[in-house]
Amino acid sequence: MVKIEAVIRPNKLDDVKEALDEIGVKGITVTHVMGAGKQRGRTQYYRGQEYVVNLLSKVKIETVVPDDLAQTAVNAIVDSASTGEIGDGKIFLTRIDDAVRIRTREEGDVALG
Amino acid sequence: MRKVRWVLKSGLAALAMIGLASGPALADGGKVEPGDTAWVLASAAMVMLMTPALGLFYGGMVRQKNVLATIMHSFFLVALVGVQWVVYGYSLAFGPDFHHIIGNLSWVGLKNVTLLPNPAYAGTIPHQAFMIYQAMFAIITPALITGAFAERMRFKSYVIFMLLWATLVYDPICHWVWAPGGWLRELGALDFAGGTVVHISSGIAALCCALMMGRRHGYGREEIMPHNVTMTVLGAGLLWFGWFGFNAGSALGAGSLATSAFVVTNTAAASATLSWCLIEALHRGKPTALGAATGAVAGLVAITPASGFVGPMAAIAIGCVVSGLCYMAIMLKSKLGYDDSLDVFGVHGIGGMWGALATGLFATKIINSAGNNGLFAGNAALLGSQLAAVGAVVAYSFTMTFILLKLTGALSPLRVSKEDEDIGLDLTQHGEYGYHV
Repeated sequence: MVKIEAVIRPNKLDDVKEALDEIGVKGITVTHVMGAGKQRGRTQYYRGQEYVVNLLSKVKIETVVPDDLAQTAVNAIVDSASTGEIGDGKIFLTRIDDAVRIRTREEGDVALG
Repeated sequence: MRKVRWVLKSGLAALAMIGLASGPALADGGKVEPGDTAWVLASAAMVMLMTPALGLFYGGMVRQKNVLATIMHSFFLVALVGVQWVVYGYSLAFGPDFHHIIGNLSWVGLKNVTLLPNPAYAGTIPHQAFMIYQAMFAIITPALITGAFAERMRFKSYVIFMLLWATLVYDPICHWVWAPGGWLRELGALDFAGGTVVHISSGIAALCCALMMGRRHGYGREEIMPHNVTMTVLGAGLLWFGWFGFNAGSALGAGSLATSAFVVTNTAAASATLSWCLIEALHRGKPTALGAATGAVAGLVAITPASGFVGPMAAIAIGCVVSGLCYMAIMLKSKLGYDDSLDVFGVHGIGGMWGALATGLFATKIINSAGNNGLFAGNAALLGSQLAAVGAVVAYSFTMTFILLKLTGALSPLRVSKEDEDIGLDLTQHGEYGYHV
């Protein structure tokens, strides 16, 4: 199984959630995060003093999927989160050893979904 | 009509002062006018609201961890000076004159401050109405200073310093300018609603505090930004509202002079808001909400001493110029490197000095026959008196603030520890948080 961590634009969260749902990825964890990358921050002015804040608000989606679903899920995220502009975000993939569903104690792929 | 009444009032005032020389207290006299009394009491309530409003104005500009401590710096003074004033502050400020510098103690505990008019101050309202109206000025003045040492002063030291400052700086200056016998009043300086007494005295004290107490940790290195500009704009709106009580209420009656002061107050605030936004748009490309709020307050500060003596077109000039002066002062601050955290000197000190001098330029007897003509009405002497008043208040406030901070510092450290400053004053000074979200 594979863990997918996708850092995306906050306003793309609904689209990505919908796209993942359509291909059968039901379980996701979403956090508000701050980050810096190629996209530079915007300047703020308070009483004429300049503040350049280069940490921007992003949303991070985490989900773990069976190996055979990983590529489809990545495609779904890329398609739904892309605007073509700098600042669209990144996706990171990690191998995961195992998963346990707490309620039923099921392990492995059946514990996902 | 107004003139006749004024002559009558001054006559009575003179009589009262003669009475003072021979008797222990001012004689009460005159008839209570319900309309005047209603306006002055309502004005007192409006000026009272300005101090919590100042708490919001300042509170929005600090970091989240210091919001309650900053609001408390204003709010607590409603209580502290509210009691000080009744017990002895009013007597020191407005009590029978002692050598032109301070009131004596014969009105301690409001003894001899009756519910009948005291014509030396206001012939148509109860003396206690005048007293409680003035209480609100005594409360907000030290509160203004607190923006200079926001986010780093120990609460206990703040209480000691504020009580000393209210007693030894505000009360004497108030006496000099507004009490019969006060030396600046006798010099002919005009201050309708507190340009020197309130804004210059607090603005200069703020500069002294910022220089003496040093910068906040992380100043110039960390991003120290306002945490809630909406709160600041709300505070500015409430200040603007309350300022009608501050300026128009200073007519001490409900009539033409109050109306004139009301009109110029709004006009100056509006002009300064516009010009501040324009300056920002030219300098930084965008007008800001914080700038609009700051401009409004600067305009209100500048019109304060002039509000009973100038007309609406002068108010526009006063408002437009003050934004440029205050904006430059704030820009200069970051070059000079002192940390007047919320720009009390830049707005109240500079705005107050401009207002006092502008009174010497624009004042006209057409607006207020009890006032005087300024430079543009052909009387250069008034500008001289205004300059003398500004100089005296600047020198006195700075020197005394320096001494009182040294004294306070000897009793209790002025600043919180570096660790407490990092954690924030809300938790370390008050044991609470402003927000639980």
